[in-house]
Amino acid sequence: MRTVAVVGTSLAGLRSAQELRAQGFDGRLVMIGAEPPYDRPPLSKNFLLGKVSADDLALAGQDDLDAEWRLGVRAEKLGRDGVTLEDGTTIVADGYVIATGAVARTLGAARCLKGVHTLRTLDDAVSLKRELAAGPGPVVVIGAGFIGAEVASACRLLGHDVTVIEATPVPLASVVGPEMGTVCAGLHAASDVRLIAGVPVAGFAGTDRVTGVRLADGREIPADLVVAGVGARPVTEWLTGSGLAVDDGVLVDSGCVTANPRVIAVGDVARYHCLLRGGRVRAEHWTAACEQAGVAVANLLAGSTVTHFARHGYFWSDQYGRRLQFAGVATEDVRIAEGDVASKRFVATYHRGEALTGVFAIDSARPFTKLRRAL
Amino acid sequence: MIRACSVSELPEGEALRLEGPVPVSVFHAEGGYYALDDTCTHQDASLADGWIEDCFVECPLHAARFDLRTGVPDCLPAKNAVRTYPVVVADGVIYVDTRAQRDVA
Ligand SMILES: Cc1cc2nc3c(=O)[nH]c(=O)nc-3n(C[C@H](O)[C@H](O)[C@H](O)COP(=O)(O)OP(=O)(O)OC[C@H]3O[C@@H](n4cnc5c(N)ncnc54)[C@H](O)[C@@H]3O)c2cc1C
Ligand code: FES
Repeated sequence: MRTVAVVGTSLAGLRSAQELRAQGFDGRLVMIGAEPPYDRPPLSKNFLLGKVSADDLALAGQDDLDAEWRLGVRAEKLGRDGVTLEDGTTIVADGYVIATGAVARTLGAARCLKGVHTLRTLDDAVSLKRELAAGPGPVVVIGAGFIGAEVASACRLLGHDVTVIEATPVPLASVVGPEMGTVCAGLHAASDVRLIAGVPVAGFAGTDRVTGVRLADGREIPADLVVAGVGARPVTEWLTGSGLAVDDGVLVDSGCVTANPRVIAVGDVARYHCLLRGGRVRAEHWTAACEQAGVAVANLLAGSTVTHFARHGYFWSDQYGRRLQFAGVATEDVRIAEGDVASKRFVATYHRGEALTGVFAIDSARPFTKLRRAL
Repeated sequence: MIRACSVSELPEGEALRLEGPVPVSVFHAEGGYYALDDTCTHQDASLADGWIEDCFVECPLHAARFDLRTGVPDCLPAKNAVRTYPVVVADGVIYVDTRAQRDVA
């Protein structure tokens, strides 16, 4: 393999490039990215709070790659004759890494209203931060998933009046289960953030700029600023006509390889066959992007799937000054292994029969780390 | 020299954080004691909460691994080393010389 093109130069793309070099690839490496590599998790945490700057977000290791960088330009098409960029150039490679990640989902009706934000990119975070600095008006966060909860937490710590609206009855129940989801919901109340759960958003008030959020039950919640944290959609449009199978992500096997052994997909854009859960999943988490890169690149260099991605999902989240960590799979059998729920400092374990399937912790990194190892 | 704890309070595989202006932690690994700056150089996790194996501690947040002997990470995402400090064991007590910090090259 003489040339490898990596499309998408954020976490998964950069890690893939690092793995290519670490695993002995000494050919031409072309890095095609709409954005330079930076770390997203701090955007909804310390960056909004002003504790880290844009410079601090840069992901390390770009300089050591001996790569050709095509930054600020999108890939438009992947075909037999290579990958075509929006500036008209085509790069012909022997191997391709698809790492185009995901973009924030938007709420259709709100697209043309000022004051309605999503948070995925550094630009999003910069504009949200600027608006938050403009005044202490009421903020409505739509979605109580991890990003919504973190944004609510940051806005509250910055002194805003915050309401979170969540369509499902218990936030995060699909990830950590209803019992721990209820505990997470309690974090909002404990910091004087209103949580309205089980009610979908029906629309927005305001003509030029948003003035409120209308709920399906008829209520209207006043808002100067709205942040929608309603999930992300994989970036696959540019693969139309590539012949690759796409269905809510690029479909890959358990080694992150597409039907074409010269094309791999990693990170948020990849929907891989999960050996631990059975079935296909997208792991929209930081650690997965890192870990998949090593596996996928080994398979690309080998020319077939010789190794599989079979790590338990893991992620962390910082909310209201507390650190949440989760690994594995949530089941109904939840036990408190250490600490107590009332003090919001504990480790909970999930079981299926005698088997440990998952671990969730708040402010308990040490016992969490031990139990995560036991998964 | 500051007193960390008695030897019996720190079994192998465990670590103890000493609070101070800059938190320092003592680690008991592979039959030896090591002291390092407690805060991971990547973000803000406490290395005392990490996983100790062989002569390394793995950060509990994003799994960077630091060599307990040198403070140097052997994998990303951390790029910079943490400082190390001399540890002395006398009469069953572990002491750390927090003033004699060794910056790594
Ligand atoms: C605000 C926020 C907070 C988060 N917090 C956490 C957390 O606490 N814990 C956790 O585990 N995970 C967290 N995540 C998730 C984590 O950041 C993602 O899983 C990770 O960024 C995925 O990396 P990726 O490289 O696959 O995708 P992305 O980071 O989305 O990168 C894809 C890159 O591809 C580029 N691109 C897209 N299309 C093209 C094209 N056609 N041509 C060229 N380039 C293109 C994009 O511009 C982007 O730079 C958070 C995410 C966000 C947004
Ligand atoms: S904080 Fe230690 S590896 Fe990220």
